[in-house]
Amino acid sequence: MELANAVAGLFFYVFAAVMIMAAFMVITARNPVHAVLFLILAFFNAAGLFILLGAEFLAMILVIVYVGAVMVLFLFVVMMLDVDFAELRAGFMKYLPMGAVVGGILMAELLFVLVSWAISPAVEPKKASALKAAESAAAAGITNTEALGLVLYTKYVYFFQAAGLILLVAMIGAIVLTLHHKPHVRRQNIPDQVARDPKKAVKLVQVESGKGI
Amino acid sequence: MVEFFWTYLWGPLWIVIQSLLLLVPLLIGVAYLIYADRKIWAAVQLRRGPNVVGPWGLLQSFADMLKFVFKEVVIPSGSNKILFLLAPLVTTVLALTTWAVIPVDYGWVIANINVGILFVFAISSLEVYGVIIGGWASNSKYPFLAALRSAAQMVSYEVSIGFVIVTVLLCVGSLNLTEVVLAQRSGLADWLGIPWASFLNWFWLPLLPMFVVFFISALAETNRPPFDLAEAESELVAGHMVEYSSTPYMLFMLGEYVAITLMCALMAILFMGGWLPPLDIWPLNAVPGVIWFIAKVCLGFFMFAMVKAMVPRYRYDQLMRLGWKVFLPLSLFMVIAVAGVLHFFKLGPVAKAAAQAAGVN
Repeated sequence: MELANAVAGLFFYVFAAVMIMAAFMVITARNPVHAVLFLILAFFNAAGLFILLGAEFLAMILVIVYVGAVMVLFLFVVMMLDVDFAELRAGFMKYLPMGAVVGGILMAELLFVLVSWAISPAVEPKKASALKAAESAAAAGITNTEALGLVLYTKYVYFFQAAGLILLVAMIGAIVLTLHHKPHVRRQNIPDQVARDPKKAVKLVQVESGKGI
Repeated sequence: MVEFFWTYLWGPLWIVIQSLLLLVPLLIGVAYLIYADRKIWAAVQLRRGPNVVGPWGLLQSFADMLKFVFKEVVIPSGSNKILFLLAPLVTTVLALTTWAVIPVDYGWVIANINVGILFVFAISSLEVYGVIIGGWASNSKYPFLAALRSAAQMVSYEVSIGFVIVTVLLCVGSLNLTEVVLAQRSGLADWLGIPWASFLNWFWLPLLPMFVVFFISALAETNRPPFDLAEAESELVAGHMVEYSSTPYMLFMLGEYVAITLMCALMAILFMGGWLPPLDIWPLNAVPGVIWFIAKVCLGFFMFAMVKAMVPRYRYDQLMRLGWKVFLPLSLFMVIAVAGVLHFFKLGPVAKAAAQAAGVN
């Protein structure tokens, strides 16, 4: 057990260090494609951290959704864009103060959250009961996939549905923005093609020679 | 010293031994699957296929491998060297990684993890990176076009594979691949009163439309003909592999075939009862499960090879239409239909658990 803990600790530092390095490289890499690849590396290490926490379902979903789908599209777009590096770097000094202010505010907020982290007394008994529930679930052999399903589709079903609706709206929005009906394009209509038969498609004509139709 | 060995070294060593026991037969098997692929293709076209190296050409794949290894690795001067060499490694390593969670018999699995099927899905969805990085790093027109095309194709068909997996999971109630096979021990044949016909128990029959969707999506996901638009030689020379030669090219090929074998194995586990015998009668159920598993993988591969031999290549817009306008609605509908049937007829794992709970209380 001690050994397992030591190994887990070692892996934590490996994942955490690689993740921070990769995240740093995302903003410093000169080539945007490299930046995206470093972002993928960062996601991978985040998945590793989730596994160390025993949240294997979240780890797999992170890899499937972010690395397997979202980042592919990201890479797709970045590869096709023609990014002018000289132009990007030209404005760097001009925007640096503004960027520093925004970054500083964000950092301060994060610090406030970390320092004044407390759980409201109203929630405290609930936390105990939730911990108890988690322990009993672990004892009953419920995997964390199952445990997530049990709360996600019962207690938090409205939030879940709302999240789904937001994504649907975003999808419809993207389609509406890019949809153009071109009137003169001939498209292939597969049901029409399948429904064609010789009776409709072929006409036999007796043509007298020298006359034409 | 002995104690030190058992506490600290034996665990990792045992994993290495298990991995070798899986990987060596797997890679030799892949060599013969490539040979089988070429032989089947040749037989359909009334040719002989490879028949020179070794008896009946049995050593052809190994000869090809040696040929690749002894050639010079050509790295284009305009390419991005690190990524150029990373791409084939990504393809092969990811394809081999997935095999860690595939159970070839009851308990014969390196990592029996709770989310086995999600692991397979996650890693196989990463295989697109081998193609896309290889195509981009080559710094050449055709590989890049092929990479973009192939990325869109693989992402599209992942969606329907995901829904197919969801329907199977609804019937199983677990993400563990061993549980998926064990759930196929009882089913339709038992209700019909012919429990010996255990091949009727497997999910291919109740989920037949999903089986078909999975098979076709697997073809598209692994860039096999008729969906091999990534390397359509009539338009893109050899797709993302144009600039590759020697060992990196071989790694691409190897990764591709390992991924195909994986899809066959997944088909065997999800729909054809994994290591379970097709008829539960004496001489057949005495055969070790791993033999049945290999037989089912080979059957799956035979179907892949026959499709390659018989079906002409799809046009790109037709491919996209099939993925998004046919398979996606069909598989969405099937998810709802299967869930509805399981709910209203009180079947499946959730109803069973509820019945058990009611019995206990």
